[in-house]
Amino acid sequence: MSTNQLFYTLQIADNALILGHRISEWCGHGPILEQDIAITNTSLDHLGQARSLYQHAADLFNALSSAEKTNCFASAALQAKISKGENLTEDDLAYLRDGWDFRNVLLVEQPNKDWAYTIARSFFYDAYNFCFYTELQKSKDSALAAIAEKSLKEVTYHLRWSSEWVIRLGDGTDESHARIQEAINSYWAFTGELFEMSVVDKAAGEVDVNALKPVWLQRVTTVLDEATITVPKDAWMHSGGKDGRHTEHLGYILAEMQFMQRAYPNMEW
Amino acid sequence: MNQLINKNLYGDYGDKENAGGASGSHDTSSEWPLWEVFIRSKAGLDHKHAGSLHAADAQMAIENARDVYTRRMEGVSIWVVESKYIHASDPGESESMYEPATDKIYRHPTFYDLPDELKHM
Amino acid sequence: MTVHSFQEHFDKKIDDEVMIEPRDWMPDDYRKTLIRQISQHAHSEIVGMLPEGNWITRAPSLRRKAVLLAKVQDEGGHGLYLYSAAETLGISRDEMLDQLHTGKAKYSSIFNYPSLTWADMGAIGWLVDGAAIMNQVPLCRTSYGPYARAMVRVCKEESFHQRQGFEIMLTLSNGTEVQKKMAQDALNRWWWPSIMMFGPPDADSPHTAQSMRWRIKRFTNDELRQKFIDVTVEQAKLIGLTVPDPDLKWNDATGHYDYGAINWDEFWNVVKGNGPCNKERLEARKKAWEDGAWVRDAALAYSKKRKARKENNKTLAA
Repeated sequence: MSTNQLFYTLQIADNALILGHRISEWCGHGPILEQDIAITNTSLDHLGQARSLYQHAADLFNALSSAEKTNCFASAALQAKISKGENLTEDDLAYLRDGWDFRNVLLVEQPNKDWAYTIARSFFYDAYNFCFYTELQKSKDSALAAIAEKSLKEVTYHLRWSSEWVIRLGDGTDESHARIQEAINSYWAFTGELFEMSVVDKAAGEVDVNALKPVWLQRVTTVLDEATITVPKDAWMHSGGKDGRHTEHLGYILAEMQFMQRAYPNMEW
Repeated sequence: MNQLINKNLYGDYGDKENAGGASGSHDTSSEWPLWEVFIRSKAGLDHKHAGSLHAADAQMAIENARDVYTRRMEGVSIWVVESKYIHASDPGESESMYEPATDKIYRHPTFYDLPDELKHM
Repeated sequence: MTVHSFQEHFDKKIDDEVMIEPRDWMPDDYRKTLIRQISQHAHSEIVGMLPEGNWITRAPSLRRKAVLLAKVQDEGGHGLYLYSAAETLGISRDEMLDQLHTGKAKYSSIFNYPSLTWADMGAIGWLVDGAAIMNQVPLCRTSYGPYARAMVRVCKEESFHQRQGFEIMLTLSNGTEVQKKMAQDALNRWWWPSIMMFGPPDADSPHTAQSMRWRIKRFTNDELRQKFIDVTVEQAKLIGLTVPDPDLKWNDATGHYDYGAINWDEFWNVVKGNGPCNKERLEARKKAWEDGAWVRDAALAYSKKRKARKENNKTLAA
């Protein structure tokens, strides 16, 4: 067992957790009760996926040799556990790593801002996730394949939901059109990273994300066309998330999310 | 008196255009229409009225129904119908509508006195 | 039928425990009282999303995060069921929300208290949902059909809420010293507001008699409060927490717990808007609604456009 499979799993898990966390910020603040409930269902799906993936990642980690274990994470709190020979859990991985140990793409940590930005972010990611999980079902890691198969059903619905909202906003009022166009333009620069093969991607020999781009682009273009939204020109793309170099937003997410585990370490909740 | 009789029509199943709740004084033109949701809990059973919700169109109404009324595996199939399209019988006429059925007990199998030896009937 | 016989017919149904349905004739005051009660109940559910909602992003484990998120979402669902029930009485949801946003309508005062620590998620589930269930179970048999049906659905879902709250408290009580302290602190702060949730004493509750007559209410405020205290004190003992009432003691003669004087001055002040979070709660609801206006308008505009296009295509085809 190599550390790469662990990092590969974490890369997927971190995307699910951070996006689920972001979307959960809407709960109680949605534009109408029905959609408040709908978007929260999506968040619960992402969190559920994150939990399955972290549990698998914890198993992978716990099976490593002690030499391998010490080189996995920078966080002092995790190092303390590791040096005591403790097994790690899903919560240790979610709550005790610092930003540079998180491998999520920059897109998912971007702020909600308004309904248009939230929809644009979800739409880009859902379209990617749909392609990604479809391929991951063939993973040679049977646990990942099983998670992918289960998640794909959820993601299929997510993509339907976010696509419909892109169309509704794009082809709705002048205001909604302007807002969703702005959001699409703004978050476009974070879509390139989805298809970059990170060091971990390359070593894993699992999904060739680079090959997903044409399918993704076709899907996105079809929806944006129907929404009367102009597809942004290819321009400079941000990246770094997969290698642990994040935007400033992630730090605040973690500060909030990890507060309890940091202030009251080593307790059961 | 007119006003009083009119109260018969309060309700979600009104045959008025504004069924679903306009009280007249409030502008509801920006409100998403009201829909009635019917759910089949498992194959083989009828769709049953589950409740109502607001949605901008039929497709959204089905999705909202999925998110609102089937979070605990309550359904395998959903029907939605915009509330204003439901026509209902008038409760004021319930005596003439339903009471004539009460003395037709010969429609029920228990009305007939048959020997105990008779099987499978 | 004459006015008189409408009323007689209605009264007889109430006496015979027959449900009143939306299109049935009902006295104006019955309708008004129901709209007030159901919409206040609905408002309480959606304002109630806020004190717990603010801990979703800070929940201490992934399991707790998912459970809390599902719970707060359920409350949104409960608000939705209740608004729908009220809508059958001839008021729109927008109108009810308008009453909430302008301060005309009230909601349960308990949600004007702050949730300060993670233990508050336990205390709210255990005490606030516990008190709510006490109130709500009898309402499953309330005289107005749509309200009763909404309450059946609410109560079914609510049972997991109190359990998850109690489980949080139990875990804290079995935890470290600081966790026990956190749990006790939460109980100290939520106990009195929880027992105030049942409303003013019967003597000061002018609507109770009429509402009982109509079977909109099935027990008085004091009856329900006593029942809640009797049950909850035992639960607190089970997890080794102390109810913050020095006058609390078992009374053999009545078969109930006697309890200390409730600070009704505080209660009325919070109702009037002087609670610690009244402004924040209302601001948050208003902001969500106002920020959502363009989204709701867009969906409606799109639906109209699409309908028009369909009609157009039909005409072209014909």
